[in-house]
Amino acid sequence: MLGLLINNEYCIGCHSCEVACRQHLGLGEGEWGIKLSETGPWKYEEGAKAGQWEWTWTPIITKACDMCEDRVAKGKMPACVQHCQGWCMYSGEVSDLVKKMDEDTRWVLLTR
Amino acid sequence: MADYKEWLDNLDRSAYHEGEYQWEEDGYTVTRTNHWSPPGCHNSCGLLLYVKDGKLEKVEGDPLSPFVNGKLCVRCLDLPEAVNHPDRLKYPMKRVGERGENKWERISWEEAFDICEREVRKVWETDGGNAILLIHGTGRNTGPMTYFGNCALKTPNISTFGFTGFACYLPRMFGAFAPFGDYLIADASEGHEDRYANEEFVAPGVIVVWGNEPLKSNADGYIGHWLAQCVQMGSKIISIDPRLTWWGARAEYFLQIRPGTDAALACAWLNVIINEDLYDHDFVDCWTMGFEELAESVKDFTPAWAAEITDIPEEDIIGSARLYATTKPAAIQWGLAMDQQLSAMSLNLACCDLMAITGNVDVPGGNILIRNAFGATDLPLTEPVIPEEWRMKKLTMKYAFGDDCEEFTTHASSDALLRAMEVGEPFPIKMLWIQTSNAIANPGMDAARVYEAMRKVPFVVNADPYLTPISVACADLLLPVAMSCERNSCRTWWTPLRSITKATSYYEAKSDEEIMIEMGHRLNPDYWPWKTDVEMMDWYLTDCRLPDPDVMKGFKTTNLQLAAWGDHHSENQLGLMELAEAGGYAYDEWNGQYKKYEKGLCRQDGSVGFATESGRVELTPFVYQIWGLRRTPYHIEPPQSPLSTPELMEEYPLILTSGGRSWEFFHSENRQMPFMRELHPEPQLTINPKTAEKYGIQDGQYVWVENDHGRFRQRAFVSPIVNEHTVHAEHGWWFPENEGAEPHLFDTFVANPNNCTKAFETGPSGVGSSIKCMICKVYPYKEGDELPEQQIIVDHDFVEYTPGEGYPDFEAYKANDYHYEK
Repeated sequence: MLGLLINNEYCIGCHSCEVACRQHLGLGEGEWGIKLSETGPWKYEEGAKAGQWEWTWTPIITKACDMCEDRVAKGKMPACVQHCQGWCMYSGEVSDLVKKMDEDTRWVLLTR
Repeated sequence: MADYKEWLDNLDRSAYHEGEYQWEEDGYTVTRTNHWSPPGCHNSCGLLLYVKDGKLEKVEGDPLSPFVNGKLCVRCLDLPEAVNHPDRLKYPMKRVGERGENKWERISWEEAFDICEREVRKVWETDGGNAILLIHGTGRNTGPMTYFGNCALKTPNISTFGFTGFACYLPRMFGAFAPFGDYLIADASEGHEDRYANEEFVAPGVIVVWGNEPLKSNADGYIGHWLAQCVQMGSKIISIDPRLTWWGARAEYFLQIRPGTDAALACAWLNVIINEDLYDHDFVDCWTMGFEELAESVKDFTPAWAAEITDIPEEDIIGSARLYATTKPAAIQWGLAMDQQLSAMSLNLACCDLMAITGNVDVPGGNILIRNAFGATDLPLTEPVIPEEWRMKKLTMKYAFGDDCEEFTTHASSDALLRAMEVGEPFPIKMLWIQTSNAIANPGMDAARVYEAMRKVPFVVNADPYLTPISVACADLLLPVAMSCERNSCRTWWTPLRSITKATSYYEAKSDEEIMIEMGHRLNPDYWPWKTDVEMMDWYLTDCRLPDPDVMKGFKTTNLQLAAWGDHHSENQLGLMELAEAGGYAYDEWNGQYKKYEKGLCRQDGSVGFATESGRVELTPFVYQIWGLRRTPYHIEPPQSPLSTPELMEEYPLILTSGGRSWEFFHSENRQMPFMRELHPEPQLTINPKTAEKYGIQDGQYVWVENDHGRFRQRAFVSPIVNEHTVHAEHGWWFPENEGAEPHLFDTFVANPNNCTKAFETGPSGVGSSIKCMICKVYPYKEGDELPEQQIIVDHDFVEYTPGEGYPDFEAYKANDYHYEK
């Protein structure tokens, strides 16, 4: 099974995946193959995280995403992964991707 | 992607056609090139352009180009919308109605060039070349612009107009040249082709992200995500910013500084680091001078003192100073905000002193000395080419600020130019040649004044890819400019050397180079021996010497950068097309080395040391005195602030900062692109939830932002990224979808923070401005409220000013050594 692995500790929210994907799939206004979801910002006031900020982005894929089958077949990266400015997206077989998930940072695995 | 080596190993280079410059793929002709304005930004990323039937249809980042490895921002990914936009200028046009009516008639290039030549020669005869002002936008690929001004138009007056106090980059440039003789940038291994996998490179232990959001701005030839990659490799963060950013939310210290007080923080850091003996004794002893004087000068600048000024808790000032000083290596990523405060030159000196005394200069993961690769495109000072009588009429700072200001920047002073336009002193400006600058919508501080001044100039040429507010307001002749994918050009701002080659064309648009060459042929052919743009680029990349080098002999200047050229010429051997065929980039040896000062690589005579007069890092640079500046760091309070004008805070209780970047726009550009506007439809005024509640403001509501000079309207964006005392406004907005003819000018005055900024409001020696640290009030817009464009364009009563002069209250403040009489 193919998947996209995101280390959303490092997603910078730049929208490059969204735009690259829409160009690749030829989607129209308001339609997305991948879309960022933003969480925060807020500051933890109490507990072990007191004083720290929470502010992350996470891309979500839609039905339109085909994991860039045609690009991958040619040896290229999926459009979103290639252009990701946060250097936080990985693509490939899920069984390989999960090995990258460390216990220090937050990861999201997307499949279809 | 902490493991860059793995990324490289997994990259299928053949899939991206390694070794090919142009190829056919799925019905497209693909060209490997680099982008650099228009549309603008300060960078030049490797692109693959997909062209079908002569039209740019798709853009991808080139993973094989180490500069960004294919990582692209949304603006470049969306380039086809900019390049193919129906609003683009297709033909040269001359004005047929009155200025402001937006009525034009298509003409031929021949006629356009004839008009330009006739008007230039007319000014030469009546007033001299000095009466021509050449204007360009920030960091754009306007090619050899100074060469064009000096060697074709024969004017010394070249500037980013409307921009009081040189408040972008020049203060950092010269703030670094004085102590180091070179510029410095944070090391993310950008000097090495193998980047993060380079054996000598180590990621900074801590990155101080100071006065900029590098991920969104990618400013000054620097790419923000280089540092995000360093964070993945383990770099810690200190974020110094009035706004919470990605950096601040992940920082060891997020120092939410009061805008305009960074110099106080820098002085306190120096105080802590010296007092606690955290400085690098070896480096200070071996390579610097002036340490005792520096130490003495900062002894009263305690963290407690700075805490009062900066609104940063004392313990955070101490803790962050310790973290910076004790983490090896450490890098400071310094940005625009350093330049947009009255303390600009002092603050930049303090930052340089911090880099030096902590031993972080030109070490892996520190702040590296950087030059243009191969020394290519470093043109010598070409002003001696101009007839002496005209050359002596360069509108330097002394014309605006008096004899105390010795020239040390390259460009003419914006304020001196404004004065010349407003009152004709010391001579009137007769012609503007505006090469891609939207001066009213973007850099023009005191927007209403800049608008009125530019309208007074008898003849105005505007070369741009688009018709902009400034085109409508004052242009007499419009020249359509080719975009990056339509030009043969190059890039060498820092490293690597890069090729830019033509893949498409658009109607009759010509590149900056083509326009300059044709005008050069007509006006001063001895200095324009090239028949084509490619020939000129070959000279620009591989030679860069003047046809008559003797003209430079015996020319004296107080400008360090310009004095240093000597008989300098490019060490690069590759012409434009050879460079393109070789992959589009070339790294040089100089920028790839560390501790260059130990290796005799900085000084012209090959001796060890820095490229300063003394050969040492001058912590208290002698040349600062020549430039009319204090040689040790100190803080100057913004002209209106809780400390300088407490009595005004009742009326204007909030701090107004502005100019933070967004993903979708570069200054005033990209507003035509539907995708960018889908992501970012309108200008946003960021306001804290508690402040919004206090002033009855809802998220998404139109609000007025007003100070004692003017007001502008934006949409409230309620967010905790600013604190309760501060609001942040966006800049550069105009609305290409709205009416262009006056009194609208695409509504550029409606949302413009420059309605509130003031000309002539600068720091010592005419450098630095306070546009990021003003005060204001914010209140809801009501239907029917009069818009600024009515007051500016129709009623001419928006601001009160004395032509040619600054504002009395600020003049008094400045005359009293930046204090108000108590």
